[in-house]
Amino acid sequence: MRVLVKRSSAFQEFEVPRHPSQTVLDVVTYIQRKLDPTLAYRYACRVGMCGSCAMTVNGVPRWTCRTHVDRVARNDELRIGPLKNFPVIRDLVTDMREFFDKWARAQGRFQGGRTRHDDFEKVAPDSPERKAADAGIECIGCAVCYSACNVVAANPEYLGPAALNRAWTLVKDARSVDVIDKLRAVAGDAGCHACHTHMDCTERCPKRLSPTAAIAGLKRATAKAALKGEL
Amino acid sequence: MSRWVAHVHRISGVALTLFLPLHFWALGNALQLDSFLAWTEQPLVKLGEWAIVIALAAHLGGGLRVLALEFLPLLDWQKSLAAVAAAVTLAVGLALALAL
Amino acid sequence: MTQTVLWLAQRITAAILAVCVVVHLATIIYAVQGGLTAAEILGRTRGNTAWLAFYSLFVVAVAIHAPIGLRPVLGEWLKWRGVSREIALSFFSIFLVLLGMRAVIGVFA
Repeated sequence: MRVLVKRSSAFQEFEVPRHPSQTVLDVVTYIQRKLDPTLAYRYACRVGMCGSCAMTVNGVPRWTCRTHVDRVARNDELRIGPLKNFPVIRDLVTDMREFFDKWARAQGRFQGGRTRHDDFEKVAPDSPERKAADAGIECIGCAVCYSACNVVAANPEYLGPAALNRAWTLVKDARSVDVIDKLRAVAGDAGCHACHTHMDCTERCPKRLSPTAAIAGLKRATAKAALKGEL
Repeated sequence: MSRWVAHVHRISGVALTLFLPLHFWALGNALQLDSFLAWTEQPLVKLGEWAIVIALAAHLGGGLRVLALEFLPLLDWQKSLAAVAAAVTLAVGLALALAL
Repeated sequence: MTQTVLWLAQRITAAILAVCVVVHLATIIYAVQGGLTAAEILGRTRGNTAWLAFYSLFVVAVAIHAPIGLRPVLGEWLKWRGVSREIALSFFSIFLVLLGMRAVIGVFA
């Protein structure tokens, strides 16, 4: 089949043999090993656990190791490009720094208050708070959602669905001691209020998470805090 | 799908925002209303009125969808369908009613 | 903090407007039956304080809702951000209130 790979501004064409159960990652690996060793791309686990192989396939961000060619090839043709919304380092490799910087700006890290001398925080697994947190904690930071989001494309300051999803799981974590600080970090034009519920993030997340729901939660939480004068 | 509902929501919102000052200005000239009303009988104006009504229905439907997504714990895909349905029903109903 | 307040104002006015719009459209459809004349309309509306109150609320709600809605469109599509955008939108809001209340008073007072 015909495979078009985006390299800087142009697409380079390759002829790749087609096999049953072939993934897009198989295709890219074949190209680099057999046809053009100069092709740069990322992967690691190749079994859908690490998220490193995310690329744009026929216009849509996906994990290439989990994308079967049969599912996405159109007229025996594939178009592969780097993840959108990121600067390109080379070929299919993007600079992921801003994604993780925004994660930090959204205060996507846990801050607890207990020490080894204190008893455990008792968290009921079926409490609504814990269920809300659990719904978002499986995120592996693959950036597919960030790549799919057109608010990220339109608003360079926007923290993005992954960072906000993580912030929400921590806001809902009973052990977090800095909830108000976290809400302050995610409120505003760069934060949850910039989301327009296009839901591309939720549609594309390979772990079936819903950043839209998390961001909606942050909108409600920030509003509540603002009404109480805490924000 | 949700992205298109959101785009329609935005475009209809902008259209309504542009229309509103015209609407207010026309109504504010209430004393000259008859001559203005005669002007509104023109087919292009009627088309514009119908378009504004559709825009209103679409914007209301999209808006109800946003409110549902932000405040209700429903399943995500259902919400998109619900609002599209609401907007379409409303639009069709109004279009029919106005045509009568 | 401000964006949170704007968000809240937007959602609250949205809920108010949902009701106002349905009432408004139903009323207009009813009133439009059998043609429109100025005298006919104004005969029904002039001096009607209930409708005056309703439409005053409608105007204020719209004057809040429309500029806040326009704000991200200006920011994302026109790349217009910063204080000048906020000032322009505030003026637009006042403009809508003035023009709207002129209409409301013209029709209902």
